[in-house]
Amino acid sequence: MSNWKKTRDRMAATRPAVEAKSEMLRAIRGYFLDNGFTEVETPVLLEFPALELNIDAERTSSGYLRTSPELAMKKLLAAGYERVFEVGPCFRRGERGALHNPEYTMLEWYRAHAGYMDVLADTRTLICRISQDVLGSTRITHGKNEIELDGDWETMTVAEAFTRFAGWNPVVAFDQERFELDLVSKVEPALSKERPVVLMDYPADVAALARLKPDNKSVAERWELYVGGVELANAFGELTDPEEQRVRFDICSVERVSQGRESYSIDEEFMEALGEMPPAAGVALGVDRLLMLLTDSQSLDDVLPFR
Amino acid sequence: MYSAADLRKGLKVEIDENPYEITEFNFVKPGKGQSLYVCKLKNMLTGSTLARTFRANDKVEQPALEEKNVVYSYAEGSDSDFMDRNFEQISVPNEVLGRNRHFLVEEQEANILFYNDRAIEVRIPTFVEKVITETEPGARGNTATNVMKPAKIESGYELNVPLFVNQGDLVRIDTRTGEYVDRARKS
Repeated sequence: MSNWKKTRDRMAATRPAVEAKSEMLRAIRGYFLDNGFTEVETPVLLEFPALELNIDAERTSSGYLRTSPELAMKKLLAAGYERVFEVGPCFRRGERGALHNPEYTMLEWYRAHAGYMDVLADTRTLICRISQDVLGSTRITHGKNEIELDGDWETMTVAEAFTRFAGWNPVVAFDQERFELDLVSKVEPALSKERPVVLMDYPADVAALARLKPDNKSVAERWELYVGGVELANAFGELTDPEEQRVRFDICSVERVSQGRESYSIDEEFMEALGEMPPAAGVALGVDRLLMLLTDSQSLDDVLPFR
Repeated sequence: MYSAADLRKGLKVEIDENPYEITEFNFVKPGKGQSLYVCKLKNMLTGSTLARTFRANDKVEQPALEEKNVVYSYAEGSDSDFMDRNFEQISVPNEVLGRNRHFLVEEQEANILFYNDRAIEVRIPTFVEKVITETEPGARGNTATNVMKPAKIESGYELNVPLFVNQGDLVRIDTRTGEYVDRARKS
């Protein structure tokens, strides 16, 4: 079959999902505008992509495509914007699978003076509203599972989940290699698929851009939401200490270089802004993954017209 | 050498000096974690399966595989003999052919897969035609296809055929299942 015929068939097959996504975007904007947020558009083309150990940016002749709008949105917070959201494309090199596409739609929102559990409440209200607006119900069917999005959400610390499902506690003695392998092979498969599950308080070693908990520095204010076994959103109580941020970027940069991978220069404008940023919390949510859940799809193949 | 990013379903790799084919492939990446390539592999020599997760920096050996287009010549003891394009004779032990040894037809094309110069798999056409050499006489006029009776082809291979098939009839066989498909010609 010719490439165009394949694409045309894909477009026909994904049409219900494409229409559902259009409704989703309306629901997302409705929720945020009703709650005092401003929709922002930050640059897609960046001079300095966010330095993360395991996220590779796509390079262009004049910079990099963003892997997330995080640094730009934090600059807005530092400039006094208090509630901002952005929905748009992000790019991650080499990521392709049932739950990954190198180009995808990300929703991020940030609230100044809010904590990471406050934005968990936002997430719940938002997801329920999207489902209600798109499907007319907060009850979804995903594969064999019926999930009531407005029902019980299970919340578990990473320490609890690993102790229970993998037999060790990464908060006490962290092992990067074992953490990732066990997360994928033991912990994630054991999480309930019948109700939303929140894993929270990640070991400080995988804090990424989250601040450490003031009363327990061994864990970071970070949570991840799983619905139907699909990792849907990641949130931080944001790190606002430029010195600690620089240490983390430096460690990450050294590690990337030692793995033979490209490292990125630190965005010094961001570092200066961070010093003026109020305490805040933010969430990144994969819109295409939520679309999969709402359309009872097991792969992005079933919801993306271009793939 | 393959790097982990080259892995995909159907790719053939070498692990612990055995050739494997990737039968299932999933890219996974836990939040903020490294890329992982979760694979199921089938040993091409023994048929046993293996589950293996590769990390982004892992390297995987490329097996020394070569495929040759040949035609079938004849059976020779416990071997089947083929001729390649340079008219060189290649003997393949019947245990490598498995059930397919019954479905070889003279002058028919086949592909032999070699691993380190050793034949490990013979691919033959999906459908072949064989003469029924032995079966109970059919009930005349009974064209029902759902009632079957045992029959044999020349090699001694047994299969079930409908009642109307007679000795000497040419039948088509699906080599993937080893089962009767339809009658190609009446005797």
